[in-house]
Amino acid sequence: MKVISYLPLITKNSFRNRRRSALTIGSMMVSLCLLVLLMAMYKVLFYGAEQTPAQAVRLVMRHKVALGQPMPLSHEGKIRQVSGVKAVSVQQWFGGTYRDARDTRNFFARFGVRPADIFIIFPEYEIPEQQKQAFLHERTGCIASKALADKFGWRPGERVTLVGDFLPITLELTLVGIFNEPNKFEALYFNWDYMRESLVASGSRNPLQDSVSQFLVQAESTDDVPRVSKAIDDLFANSPYPTKTETEQAFVLSFVSFLGNLKLFLLAIGGAVTFTILLVSANTLSMSVRERIREVGVLKTLGFTPGTIFGILLGEGMMIALIGGALGCALAWVLCAALRNATIPMQQLRVINTPPLIVLISLLIALLIGLISAMVPAIGAARRPILDSLRHTG
Amino acid sequence: MAIPIAYNLRNLIVRKTTTVMTALGIGLTVAVLVADLALVEGLRTAFKATGHPLQILVLRKGSNAELNSSVTREALQILKSKPGLAVNEAGEAMASPEILGVINLPSVDSPNGMNLTVRALSQAGVAMRNVKIQSGGRWFQSGQREVVVGKSVAKRYPNARPGARIRFGRGEWEVVGVFDAGESAVNSEIWGELNQVGSDFNRQDTVSSVLIRAADAGAFQALFNSLNDDRQLGVNALREREYYEQQTSAGAPLQFFGLLVAVIMAIGSSFAAMNTMYAAVSRRAKEIGTLRVLGFSRGSILFSFLIESLLLAFIGGVFGCLLALPINGVTTGIGSFATFSEIAFDFRVSPSTMIAGIVFALVVGAIGGLFPASNAARKEILTALREI
Repeated sequence: MKVISYLPLITKNSFRNRRRSALTIGSMMVSLCLLVLLMAMYKVLFYGAEQTPAQAVRLVMRHKVALGQPMPLSHEGKIRQVSGVKAVSVQQWFGGTYRDARDTRNFFARFGVRPADIFIIFPEYEIPEQQKQAFLHERTGCIASKALADKFGWRPGERVTLVGDFLPITLELTLVGIFNEPNKFEALYFNWDYMRESLVASGSRNPLQDSVSQFLVQAESTDDVPRVSKAIDDLFANSPYPTKTETEQAFVLSFVSFLGNLKLFLLAIGGAVTFTILLVSANTLSMSVRERIREVGVLKTLGFTPGTIFGILLGEGMMIALIGGALGCALAWVLCAALRNATIPMQQLRVINTPPLIVLISLLIALLIGLISAMVPAIGAARRPILDSLRHTG
Repeated sequence: MAIPIAYNLRNLIVRKTTTVMTALGIGLTVAVLVADLALVEGLRTAFKATGHPLQILVLRKGSNAELNSSVTREALQILKSKPGLAVNEAGEAMASPEILGVINLPSVDSPNGMNLTVRALSQAGVAMRNVKIQSGGRWFQSGQREVVVGKSVAKRYPNARPGARIRFGRGEWEVVGVFDAGESAVNSEIWGELNQVGSDFNRQDTVSSVLIRAADAGAFQALFNSLNDDRQLGVNALREREYYEQQTSAGAPLQFFGLLVAVIMAIGSSFAAMNTMYAAVSRRAKEIGTLRVLGFSRGSILFSFLIESLLLAFIGGVFGCLLALPINGVTTGIGSFATFSEIAFDFRVSPSTMIAGIVFALVVGAIGGLFPASNAARKEILTALREI
């Protein structure tokens, strides 16, 4: 296209008022950075992080209606019979208090599990063989995810005391291992049998006799997942303990609704931000065109057609917007990296990133904004009669 | 001598497109902030309105939330005999044993299901709260599988409206009424009869918590201390008011998120304001020179442009408040990890949130106006007059 040959002119014009261009670009940069962050957040919260193959075949089964209401252990054998099920294990939620419950930092997921099963169901957990063996053999041993261990500065050998709340026992645990896990969740696993023995020893009525709060199911393949989850739920639909079986990701994402109606907030704020950028860039571009009315007249006397002038001005808008957009994406990338390592009240954001698709969409939005906001002043400048432009002062 | 503000106002009016655009940009930023503050304010109001100043919530020692607490029936008997308890018309000590559970039902915001608190309590417990049943409904009857739902639940959960049957525990429960607890957080709960629901939750021997009321303010403190000091009883006594006020922290993630967005947007709009003000300064170079010739000092030029920027931001701030105003009274829900269930509340755009929004706008305006204004003040008279 012909406009391409005017690129040097466009570039020159874009930076004739350096301060204004810098401010406009800065303004677009922060706004687009925000837009990228909002989209990245939306993706993480409502679509989750990238699923590992192991995650994709993992299902969590819980009571359909009452959260935390235990299900009979006898369910386990029945689940095993469902075709497409590769492995089944138990996971017992243990509320309780670590140190001081008033400090929300001390809140993390604690589960009683069968140590041998955990590494079958969660094959992506990386743990040194020696630590794994320790967890398999030490009854009071526990393992923590790296995110959790890092938060408290735990090392193997650390004593972790969990004071029960709905369960009238205190677990005296020793950290024997730290595992790496891709989602950076804070989780602690301890021996389910140790917990059950403590309950028996405590002598009080055991609310968890022959029952467990969740079953973990591993399907043969991802193709089996929908069928397996339906088959299991159908199996218990009419029992006193109806169940809800969903992929681990869906289970985790279901807690997002806890943060409130974020979907609406994100969309509303995203809209407000986009509109704000549009205002800012339209405002600057019309300011810069207004300043140049006489110059445009001169260009026209030199033989520039209205079409070329229109193209040059549009190009200027898009150039500024694109530079702002690109810088915004870069800034968002940096901020995402910071968010991943920060202690913030939203644990889900620990896996936030800026995938290429979001970057691409943002750059397109930037381009479009540049185009739209340059449109009005560019049309005006292109149409203005030469004499009128030359006579203009201001 | 100061330059009259009317001069600035007229300038803003002359360049109305630029003024409106910049003000709108600031306004949207302010709207996000005001909405965020309105959310926190609404949540705080709901929790503040919950609880009676003379009431104490008794939990198991070591437990800080009703959901994971358990109090034995023996402890309940001891509690009832503590001195200082208020007495109701029937001559009974005002103590309400209660059992909590959480169920999951689809709500208007989360069709995949949201958690709700089910509270099992006796009529004595109902009487200890400021609630009334809405017309057309009635309270649950003992011995029947009946529940009543708070007005927020009725509004937000299609499956929990009067006449509906909710399935939890060992079977179905009929919704026979809707209760209104003013602005209290208990509007987000489902209530059923103590023994009936308790046996479905498998809790015949223990209750989750006991709510007691002291006879008067003097007895309150003594009762409160005696409960926490009684090692044998092994309970954690909490002031009911404080217990609920603490739960405002459920809004912390959204608050953090909203503030983050507002601050980032503010940086963007202060750049925009700066741009507008720089343009104003360069367009009016001659005017600035003239003003200086007339004897206005550099200080008053600086002040004048700063005022203009603040005026611009103020218009934006007012704009933002107006934009945010329609969300006042809109109901939304948020999950509380203390109860593991949803609390519905209304956004509250109060005068103080609006003032905060306007102050925020003024800060943006001050940042945006400072450099252009000092640039204007530094201009030399002769060069300024020569500029076109």
